[in-house]
Amino acid sequence: MLETIISALPDMMVANAAPLLVVVPLMLAGICVFVPNGRAAWVLTILGSIISLLCALTLLLQVGAQGVVSYHLGGFAPPLGIEFRVDGLNILFLLLVTCIGVLAAIFSWPTVEAEIRAEKHRLFYAAHLICFTGLSGVAITGDAFNLFVFLEISSISTYVLVALGGTRDRRAFPAAFNYLMMGTIGATFFVIGVGFLYAATGTLNMVDMAERLALIDADNRAVVAGFAFIVVGLGVKAAMWPLHQWLPNAYAYAPSFVTMFLSATATKVAIYALVRFGFTVFAPEYTFEALNVALIFGPLAMIAMLACSFQAVFQTDVRRMLAYSSVAQVGYMLLGIAIGTSAGLSAGLFHLVNHALMKGALFMAVAGVVLTYQGTRITDFAGLGRAAPLTMTAFAIAGLSLIGMPLTAGFQSKWYLLQAMLDAGWGIAAVVIVASSFLAVIYMGRVLQAVFFQAPVNPRKQRREAPLLLLVPLWILTLATLYIGVQADWIIDLVQAAAQASFVPEGVL
Amino acid sequence: MVQFILERANYWAIIGLMMVGLYITFQSANMIKRLVGLSIFQTSVFLFYITLGKVAGGSAPILFGRDAKGHGAKVDHSADPGTHGTEVAHAETHGLIEIYSNPLPHVLILTAIVVGVATLAVGLALVVRIRESYGSIESDEVRRMDIGVADAQDADALVEATS
Repeated sequence: MLETIISALPDMMVANAAPLLVVVPLMLAGICVFVPNGRAAWVLTILGSIISLLCALTLLLQVGAQGVVSYHLGGFAPPLGIEFRVDGLNILFLLLVTCIGVLAAIFSWPTVEAEIRAEKHRLFYAAHLICFTGLSGVAITGDAFNLFVFLEISSISTYVLVALGGTRDRRAFPAAFNYLMMGTIGATFFVIGVGFLYAATGTLNMVDMAERLALIDADNRAVVAGFAFIVVGLGVKAAMWPLHQWLPNAYAYAPSFVTMFLSATATKVAIYALVRFGFTVFAPEYTFEALNVALIFGPLAMIAMLACSFQAVFQTDVRRMLAYSSVAQVGYMLLGIAIGTSAGLSAGLFHLVNHALMKGALFMAVAGVVLTYQGTRITDFAGLGRAAPLTMTAFAIAGLSLIGMPLTAGFQSKWYLLQAMLDAGWGIAAVVIVASSFLAVIYMGRVLQAVFFQAPVNPRKQRREAPLLLLVPLWILTLATLYIGVQADWIIDLVQAAAQASFVPEGVL
Repeated sequence: MVQFILERANYWAIIGLMMVGLYITFQSANMIKRLVGLSIFQTSVFLFYITLGKVAGGSAPILFGRDAKGHGAKVDHSADPGTHGTEVAHAETHGLIEIYSNPLPHVLILTAIVVGVATLAVGLALVVRIRESYGSIESDEVRRMDIGVADAQDADALVEATS
């Protein structure tokens, strides 16, 4: 079926899918500013996201056929020119970002209309498209400095998007400001790291860099310093514990749509960059044997899983609770990456995809509640199970997936991760996974108990579902969660291909 | 010792600026000062890249003198036998007579400067909005106000739940 859709596309688009995926949303962002009203900008945003998704699907087929798709920007051949390079690893992230992008774009209109002032709608969508461009650019580029530029394109527009929550709650401004400070320090650390690597290798192309780093002595101090700066810099962007301080406030006070989109994509893309550097640019032997990164990542990931789940238990605001839970879930992904085996990496990536789907669904449902009932405290959720059954059933399914109930996606990836841990002999990590899931039972349980078993506090709350535009993407994400929970083979194939691609970059070494 | 320090003057400046910038960023409560610190920190990184690109004795990476004449064509080195010693030997590997600094870091830093300017602009705009809605640009005062509001909301919620 996929082939028939792709064959219907114009040849020009198929041949240039890699640059178009990034360029189309960027151009549409510019056009968005000049359209007459917000609704037109919304249509353009959906259009841009769908074109990007089609490009990503084209690339998926091309990667399946030829292994690696390489596009030379401006016709300058790498390593001198900038290269867009798609292999098994980043196609996963391109698909994730574009799929979430399309669903988020469709769902956005009711909440944006309610939360953002009308004269800012066009600018809001322009900023969102730029953010989308940046995130897909990070996932597609094969050039280390270009990755920094795309990272900052997405981050700067994210600061703006978070700050737009300030019309509803002024705490969004300091939250955005702190995010800006942390994010910029993180990005600058990344640039310092790239500078060290450039000094050591004389190249910026990531594949070329990998080849040259393999020839350099493992004790080279410039390389070690470069590695440290890059890991810390990307760690800030990925909300790696203890560098996650920006995240809870930014997620809690941003407009609902922004929270949903960011939670499903932004930290994920930063983790992609971390995997790309940890496994492809620096060989796994270097990362895990010479530097023994597992001893740093492993404990940090485990602390994140326990400490942030524990903090989530005590939150009174649902969005803050989910934000802390996000940091804990980043811990699961990093744990999978930290053990440095192929099974661990694919488990981490699998959980990453699942987490994007279920956190996306959870935040969409919360957006629905914000839209109809104007509240995000747990007490505001009381009795909503009867008032908005469709929204809240989806919320509950995604929440159970977050806990790791069997028959949901969360169970599949946690089980997979557990097996990888036991195979690698990390018994304590397996215990931490189970313990953190119990904490998830408590914090999700508090909300679900309020939703389904408490009488509404406020009797004015009548039966009101979220609008259809919001329910459709919400249920697509929820059904995807259930589908992966039952039939996970295809996605496991995809993440295993991704893990393999990050271990041995094809065509080199 | 003195030579060791002076030879690396650029790097000392980078480290100094970087530490000054980070210190201001973390220590100061005033948001404008924190942005100033951030800019100093970023500037140290610009200096780091430019230092990386500098080749000893090299000029700006624009073709000049004998290189400019041979632009686009292969330069004939046999016409200029070894008057410059090792420098020529170094330049010959690149097919050029004069020595140039590496232009790539300059270009990268141009991009990084643009990113830095954009970040600073967004940061300052946010400070303006914080000033408008809180009446202060001191982060600890802003935090105190937020905690006060949160406490009041919790008290309200308690009243609402008990009544």
